[in-house]
Amino acid sequence: MNWEAFWLTVRLAVIVSTLLIAIGIPIAYWLTYSRWRWKFLVEAAVALPIVLPPTVLGFYVLVALGSRSPLGRWWESLTGHTLAFTFEGLVIGSLLYSLPFAVQPFAASFGAVDSSLLRASASLGHSPAQTFRRIVLPLSKAGLVTGFALSFAHTLGEFGVVLMVGGNIPGVTRTISIDIYDQVETANYSSANETALVLLIISFVVLSTVYSLNRRPWVAGPWK
Amino acid sequence: MRKLLLLILLWGACAAAQEITVAAAADMTAALPQLVDAYTKKTGQTVKLSFGSSGNLTNQIRNGAPFDVYFSADEEYPQQLIAEGLVSKDTLYRYAVGRLVLWVPNDSPLDLSKLGIKVLLDPSVKKISIANPAHAPYGRAAAEALRHFGIYDQVSSRLVLGENVSQAAQFVESGNAQAGLIALSHALAPALTNKGRYWTVPLDAYPTLNQAAVVLSRSKQGDAARRFLDFVRSPEAIALLATYGFILPAEEHATGATWK
Repeated sequence: MNWEAFWLTVRLAVIVSTLLIAIGIPIAYWLTYSRWRWKFLVEAAVALPIVLPPTVLGFYVLVALGSRSPLGRWWESLTGHTLAFTFEGLVIGSLLYSLPFAVQPFAASFGAVDSSLLRASASLGHSPAQTFRRIVLPLSKAGLVTGFALSFAHTLGEFGVVLMVGGNIPGVTRTISIDIYDQVETANYSSANETALVLLIISFVVLSTVYSLNRRPWVAGPWK
Repeated sequence: MRKLLLLILLWGACAAAQEITVAAAADMTAALPQLVDAYTKKTGQTVKLSFGSSGNLTNQIRNGAPFDVYFSADEEYPQQLIAEGLVSKDTLYRYAVGRLVLWVPNDSPLDLSKLGIKVLLDPSVKKISIANPAHAPYGRAAAEALRHFGIYDQVSSRLVLGENVSQAAQFVESGNAQAGLIALSHALAPALTNKGRYWTVPLDAYPTLNQAAVVLSRSKQGDAARRFLDFVRSPEAIALLATYGFILPAEEHATGATWK
């Protein structure tokens, strides 16, 4: 078991899922309440990482944000290094990669809040921001936890993007999924097995938490 | 509905029966497609290619990958597979010695011809790409060469590891790394040749990378696979491989090539 890779991955997942709470709530808010006609285009863009291969994202981070592109040069002048092969690079890649896993549960739970409560809050003199903070957010707790947990678990299991832009640097970009890959490549199956099992258990626990939070009463089937 | 399902399944299962599949080390990514083109034109035999690091491919062969021929960047791997009975010993053909080069992009200020591998000590070199030494022969060669010149400890924190030597080449070609220890065959390939310059690492700086091809024992098309390897031994194929720097040291004078 490579603990260095393990803690690196946990750190990455915690940072990414926490940042996604901050970034995801405003996006989800806008997606829920906006009446803009072309809103569906933004919804599609947010959902893209679900269907796009991670290699597409990896390719863009490497080339479009590489040292040959204007954006990459700007980043380099700011920080002194390129995005590839750095922990920040993985954070930015993972933010994009896990965005829908946070935004979609957020938006779904905001949308599920009874609109009569929102009207009641407004009639009692609350501003939209106060209503959102005091009514919508507390009622969306399960959705917020779900989005946090899903983006955490999704980042934990990220592989393609990291393989393409990470450069496999121990303690910086060698995440647990890369470590498992390396163990398998070198036919070190027992070590791969151990690490894979830990990842399997953590992922199962996280997903069980999500489903237990969103438990529903039994639903009747279409049979008699 | 059932018929449709059956059709879909059949669609998935039908592949050209006569095709042979060649698994090859990543240093062959540019040369082998050319070789295969020439062979297909000549014989009509189609060849499917699969690339990876030699460690990766060896592992896949151990786990039943459906390859017919295997080109390894390090003879050590085919030797292991011979011992395990997975490839035919009599088909083993050593076609070249792999060369490691230090490659930098055109816009790099580094003076390769004067300083050689010592350019890596320059502070402008923030990242050096090599293949992963854990399972890529060129990665091991790169690490050994850095030790040979006594600079491994000084540069180790700046190494980035490609999954195979192709990825290491891509890291430096895209400008994300400032220098890379990659295969000569990549430096000579059209994708890189006008984009940078290289310094050939002397052969005595790293263990010899004997490039060897074998036919898998499990291959259902052993004869077709052997015929392909016969072609690889032909003067035409040898000349083509030489343009990518794949030559045996003994042939160096004969072909007039000098990559020392």
